[in-house]
Amino acid sequence: MKSSVIVFPGSNCDRDIAVALEKMQFKNQMIWHKETTLPKSDLIVIPGGFSYGDYLRSGAIAGKSSIINEVIKAANSGCLILGICNGFQILTETGLLKGTLLRNKNLKFINKDVYIKVMNTASRFTSKYQNNQILKINIAHNEGNYFTDKKHREELQKENLIAFKYCDESGNISQNSNPNGALDNIAGIFNLKKNILGMMPHPERMVDKFISNDDGVNLFSSLIN
Amino acid sequence: MKITNKIIENHGLKKDEYKNIQKFLKRDPNILELGIFSAMWNEHCSYKSSKVHLKKLPTKGKQVIQGPGENAGVIDIGDNDAIIFKIESHNHPSFIEPYQGAATGVGGILRDVFTMGARPIALLNSIHFGSPTHPKTKSLLNGVVSGIGGYGNCIGIPTVAGETKFNETYNENILVNAMAVGHAKKDKIFYSKAKGINKSVVYVGSKTGRDGIHGASMASAEFDENSEEKKPTVQVGDPFTEKLLLEACLELMKDNSIISIQDMGAAGLTSSSVEMASKGSLGIELELDKVPCREENMTPYEMMLSESQERMLIILEDGKENHARKIFDKWDLDFVVIGRTNNSKNLTLKFNGKVEGEIPIEALAEKAPVYNRKWIKKKLTKNKVNVKSLKKIKLENALIKIISSPNHSNKNWVTEQFDQMVMCDTAQRSGSDAAIIRIHNKDKAIAVSVDSSANYCKSHPISGGKQIVAENWRNLISVGAKPLAITNCLNFGNPENEIVMGEFAECLEGIREACEYLEYPVVSGNVSFYNGTNKKNIYPTPVIGGVGLIKKLTEPLTHCFKNFGSKIIIVGKTFGHLEQSCFLKEIHSIIDGKPPDINLLNEKNNGEVVLKLINDKLVSSAHDISSGGLIIALSEMSIGNKIGVKINKPHNLMNLTEYFFGEDQGRYILEINEENLKKVEKILKSNNTYYENIGYTQENFFEIDGEVKINTNELFKINNQWYNNF
Repeated sequence: MKSSVIVFPGSNCDRDIAVALEKMQFKNQMIWHKETTLPKSDLIVIPGGFSYGDYLRSGAIAGKSSIINEVIKAANSGCLILGICNGFQILTETGLLKGTLLRNKNLKFINKDVYIKVMNTASRFTSKYQNNQILKINIAHNEGNYFTDKKHREELQKENLIAFKYCDESGNISQNSNPNGALDNIAGIFNLKKNILGMMPHPERMVDKFISNDDGVNLFSSLIN
Repeated sequence: MKITNKIIENHGLKKDEYKNIQKFLKRDPNILELGIFSAMWNEHCSYKSSKVHLKKLPTKGKQVIQGPGENAGVIDIGDNDAIIFKIESHNHPSFIEPYQGAATGVGGILRDVFTMGARPIALLNSIHFGSPTHPKTKSLLNGVVSGIGGYGNCIGIPTVAGETKFNETYNENILVNAMAVGHAKKDKIFYSKAKGINKSVVYVGSKTGRDGIHGASMASAEFDENSEEKKPTVQVGDPFTEKLLLEACLELMKDNSIISIQDMGAAGLTSSSVEMASKGSLGIELELDKVPCREENMTPYEMMLSESQERMLIILEDGKENHARKIFDKWDLDFVVIGRTNNSKNLTLKFNGKVEGEIPIEALAEKAPVYNRKWIKKKLTKNKVNVKSLKKIKLENALIKIISSPNHSNKNWVTEQFDQMVMCDTAQRSGSDAAIIRIHNKDKAIAVSVDSSANYCKSHPISGGKQIVAENWRNLISVGAKPLAITNCLNFGNPENEIVMGEFAECLEGIREACEYLEYPVVSGNVSFYNGTNKKNIYPTPVIGGVGLIKKLTEPLTHCFKNFGSKIIIVGKTFGHLEQSCFLKEIHSIIDGKPPDINLLNEKNNGEVVLKLINDKLVSSAHDISSGGLIIALSEMSIGNKIGVKINKPHNLMNLTEYFFGEDQGRYILEINEENLKKVEKILKSNNTYYENIGYTQENFFEIDGEVKINTNELFKINNQWYNNF
């Protein structure tokens, strides 16, 4: 499978995701933000980091960059798109995903391992997980507090578009297991067609037992099949 | 403009220093030249008070590729891999403007490391605040922590280890020391020495603004009640631009375009150009009208003294300009040829075609003032604390009080604000004795730790100096790394004060002795004097940053107990030294007596044996015993995985308080699987290493025979509440 990782000035998880993709046998290419065409890809990843310094608003400038028009075109024609952390923020800025990421409730950057629950395995991103499986996964963000309007919130529930929710070690979903104040403990969502996934946690950080664990591996192995 | 006495004084220059300037120039300087002398001759840039002492430190070893004198130190870790690292202070700016002060401290030290061709792989910090009850502490802590995180998180280098401490001595002068560690290929290291005549001198990076003018001079004077007015001398950081600069520099470094490269740190364009020319025994001519400026109508004086961040000066090989320019264009960074090298040995500054200043380089560099300042030996106290005369307190209550105190509480509140995982090579994060960073795409790793002991250094500078080196060495051993070399950040008060200068000289004597004995050379460092306000100097606070090597990383060794029913042994002898201990300070508010002695022979032997046991995979967890003594170290091992212990009372008649809270040095606690115990004991005996079996791990309770019994969940809770309630 062919993947492309979009590199913005200020992206800083681009190498990490490339390492993870190559480890999972993707044929990966790095695409510089000034490019105006995209190579044919089965998967496009928008990595974490601080694109354009996240000045103005997280993801706002990247959402208007020249390469992003190509990403939108690809998304609309059904290409798989994965946005992680800053990538999720950028996807909401482009409108490919609805809602927005507000500042964390405690107004501080948070980096730690948290637990998330897999809410829907009927997608190209999550098929290798078990329903309600609990993953231990790293978050690192200042603006991860997901928020959306009432109508979209209902749509998320009705269409089963919530991919992951923050939970505790035993799977309880409550305010105590919500690290950043996200609405309904949302950690990641799909678009209606489920070819786009945006998530705040970093699956690429969880593919190596030496460093952390391998709870992120199945996300990539779901994609490759 | 006529140079008056007032102007000279405002530039921090002494009268006889000014006379020397006149001698070097054979005339009076103009204001631009005076500014440049002031920038190069201040304490921060010239090391004029410290040089004579720094020379005594051991800086060589077969692992050392580059010792002090370059942007950072370089060591060899085999297979053509080199580690480049340095620690630096940003104390003064952080006290005035905590967020930007701390952020630019991180930015500055990162540039020192990637200037030499390294990709930075880890950041560390040592931050010291005043009393938690002091009105400024809370906002300073918040500002500094978010500043460190703000810069490191954005540029995408993991902040993996550090120390956060509180002590009244820093009430009016906090310490913010940042360390950066980078990885380079051994045959691709870049230096600052200029070579060749008529080579292009290129300015790259951010534009020059009016921020930070005279920043280095500010850092070379004490604070007073008007310190707030110094805010404009604090630089403003832009980690986004630094990320671009990092990637652009590393891209240009792939081939042989660069002759020499130097970041613009303290004293900006002045010190970078002087340094490069001085090292190459060359002259340099700059056309200042070409300097990219952020603000209108900037004068040569402002351009030469600005400390705007994220800028570099590069001397290029002939014909490489277009190639280099393309790379910086790609990253949207300024790239301007602003001058050329020549053989005049002068710094020549032109503005609109007119020479505005001309100074012999040697006057600014090797002939800068050096002072062998007066110093007096520390008057050592012989006071002993009679433990029997102290007010009685139960062991359990003392333990609870200490592990819930600001200095011993869990520091997740701090470390969770730092991205520790980005780059995906952090095998061990903050919280253990040292962090472990894997070398990308290899199975080897480095361990890193920063350490300080201001109370010990205050009461006995020589012992304190030895102790911090030994503790740092021990911390690396405890995670299974062979200690290789250190960098040091020497935070002291006013060097014109004989007592302070004495503390400096004697701390360095201690550091020297320990480094020599442990074969643990100093490869880089930084001196920060004038830490104090209104004649009140801080405690002497040298900080040691150490790097060690793990040749083959299998499973990172943490300090947390792993299993129930393991044997617990202490390596090293317990004498029960209580003076200058955490116990006396926290429980009885007594700060008296001398700190524990350092026996370097035992230190080395114990460390080497422990390292062997770890490398032989005979140890399940390891922790060095430091502040708080045996009981605190045990509780830290218990808290991580909530695994309890059952500890026997000592066999001899030693006082229990002394036994459990004494801070004798050179000791480690090891968790050993029952089946390995015989092997371990055999190795310890055959190396003449003193050890004691003190108990075993168990479920649920942290227990000392008849004295202490606390549920491990409770212990965890007690240790985790202070920051969240602060």
